[in-house]
Amino acid sequence: MKFKIYRYNPDTDTAPYMQDYDLDIEANGKMLLDAILLLKEQDDSLSVRKSCREGVCGSDAMNINGRNGLACTTPLASLKEPVVLRPLPGLPVIRDLIVDMTQFFKQYHSIKPYLINNDPPPETERLQSPEQRAHLNGLYECILCGCCTTACPSFWWNPDKFVGPAGLLQAYRFIADTRDQATSERLDDLEDPYRLFRCHTIMNCVDVCPKELNPTEAIGNIKDMMVKRLV
Amino acid sequence: MVNRVVVGAHYGLRDWLIQRISAVVMAAYSLTMAVYLLMLPRLDYDVWTGLFSSLAVRTFTLLFLLCLFFHAWIGIRDIVMDYVNSAGVRLVIHVLVVLVSLLYTIWSVQILWGM
Repeated sequence: MKFKIYRYNPDTDTAPYMQDYDLDIEANGKMLLDAILLLKEQDDSLSVRKSCREGVCGSDAMNINGRNGLACTTPLASLKEPVVLRPLPGLPVIRDLIVDMTQFFKQYHSIKPYLINNDPPPETERLQSPEQRAHLNGLYECILCGCCTTACPSFWWNPDKFVGPAGLLQAYRFIADTRDQATSERLDDLEDPYRLFRCHTIMNCVDVCPKELNPTEAIGNIKDMMVKRLV
Repeated sequence: MVNRVVVGAHYGLRDWLIQRISAVVMAAYSLTMAVYLLMLPRLDYDVWTGLFSSLAVRTFTLLFLLCLFFHAWIGIRDIVMDYVNSAGVRLVIHVLVVLVSLLYTIWSVQILWGM
């Protein structure tokens, strides 16, 4: 199989370049990450992040044939040759396929991704009914791989001000949680022309999410709650 | 002034709502007018002036135009926010778009009630 991989080592290269690789591999039943690891055996200078290799940790997110995705859950047989691999767009490259996710996590932390509840902690746990718990489905599964946020043009233009789809999905995850008491503060924090309203429903986020989540729907729900609060 | 990322303007919802509601008004007006004009047996100067002599048509046309200006103002502001980085230049463009929209509004009234 033929590969074209983005290479950049800031210590030795003046500019990034694309390197061709050829790998003798039976594609059926294998994932892209398997091929990348075999390529790394050929050329150990090739740098990539990976950990769980089964779509749970979210560390091997990259741009695969022009589309963001996880290398470990992308079947090799589904890819057109040459397979073009690039780092996630819109973030600074540290080396090869590794990007600096500081800005992404800064936005994630800005929405206070934790339960805010000022009641004294109960003896056992804060209970929810099965219906209340069901509202968190499709929200809590996010693995913060960054595929959606780095596919979003609004994030490309304003990464320092727009929270991005991943952060907003998590914002709604806590707004939707019946155990959280900071709903109003959370809505206040997001009511900003940049933080929330840079989303123009482009829906690249929904298109690329490897966990098949729907940040656009979550953003729509946040807007609906703001309207409900207003009228 | 220190150079820091400043957010938290606490507006945006109203603009987003206006953009959606104005879109509905514009769609309703455009469709109604298009269907009405297509169903006319003939369309000449007399029919046209006759149509716009009605107060209802004038009022709804003005409403349509106001929606258009609001819609355009928000859309242009969104583009400027993405592509113009200097706050000073951005403010000048914002003010210019508002002033032009106001001029267009006055001009629209003159046209509609001068016919």
